[in-house]
Amino acid sequence: MGAMNGRPEGSALVTGGSRGIGAAIAKSLAREGWPVGVNYRSDSESAEAVVEEITGAGGRAKALQGDISDPETADRLFKALEDEFGPVLVLVNNAGVRADGLSPQIDDEDWAKVIDTNLSAAFRLTRRALRPMIRARYGRVVNIASIVGQRANPGQANYAASKAGLVAMTKTVAAEVARRGVTVNAVAPGLIETDMTEGIAENLLEHVPARRPGTPEDVAECVRFLASDGAGYVTGVCLTVDGGLTA
Amino acid sequence: MAATATREEIESRVFKALEEFGAESDQIGPDAEFEAMDVDSLDLVELAQIVEDEYGVQLKGEDMEDVKTVRQAVDLVMSKLG
Repeated sequence: MGAMNGRPEGSALVTGGSRGIGAAIAKSLAREGWPVGVNYRSDSESAEAVVEEITGAGGRAKALQGDISDPETADRLFKALEDEFGPVLVLVNNAGVRADGLSPQIDDEDWAKVIDTNLSAAFRLTRRALRPMIRARYGRVVNIASIVGQRANPGQANYAASKAGLVAMTKTVAAEVARRGVTVNAVAPGLIETDMTEGIAENLLEHVPARRPGTPEDVAECVRFLASDGAGYVTGVCLTVDGGLTA
Repeated sequence: MAATATREEIESRVFKALEEFGAESDQIGPDAEFEAMDVDSLDLVELAQIVEDEYGVQLKGEDMEDVKTVRQAVDLVMSKLG
């Protein structure tokens, strides 16, 4: 499969790509013609299922095990993709964890775990991605944030801080590399129906003007746009996809 | 790979990179200042990356702070090559 439009040959990496929003993003990017690295931490079965679905539809994909909170993981994931599919020109920092509790009950471990995975790991992956993107004069980084970075959701101080930090990082890095044709954006999903949001849906749903929870595909469609060749002049933004919840 | 590069090779690689960054070729020379060639901080980051990839020499931000000319950049790389 040749390069589409003006974009160079390369690959896409989606962290936390085995389930939910990440799986929908991986499939969407594969439909756009990108060979996709489907990163997962523990659920190899789901990751392989995503890969099979992509390859069954004529795309290319590879499941890549790796815990991104380990500093060694970023380079290993990139090398695996570079060897098989060429430089990573699309990075989607989607992997995230939750460790909810009211602030007096969030211990240091739960604080650090969430910040490490959702924010520090996303930075490490972005840093690793930028080098080849800058050289290629082309790159798309999309960070999956959350509306709780903008709007309080009691019980998620650690998660909210990590996601707000991710948006701030997005804007700064975007400004640093914009003149090399590399864009860095965020997508902030609202209430999306996945395994991860199980149990927090009910109390929020009544505030959603769209009167329905979002789907992983609703989020993937935003990522698909931001990762596209045509979105080259969009950088440093956070695109909210929440059915009007924060409107 | 590191120890074999000569001063001339490194200099010509730096010149090539500067052209890639958009510097006018008649402005490029050993004593040309990066600032005068409109070579900015991101260009220097990319130059450091090229040097690292091709000569195995790691240039940190603090190393680059006082580097204002091509000659100083080449001196820095040579000193790191030992």
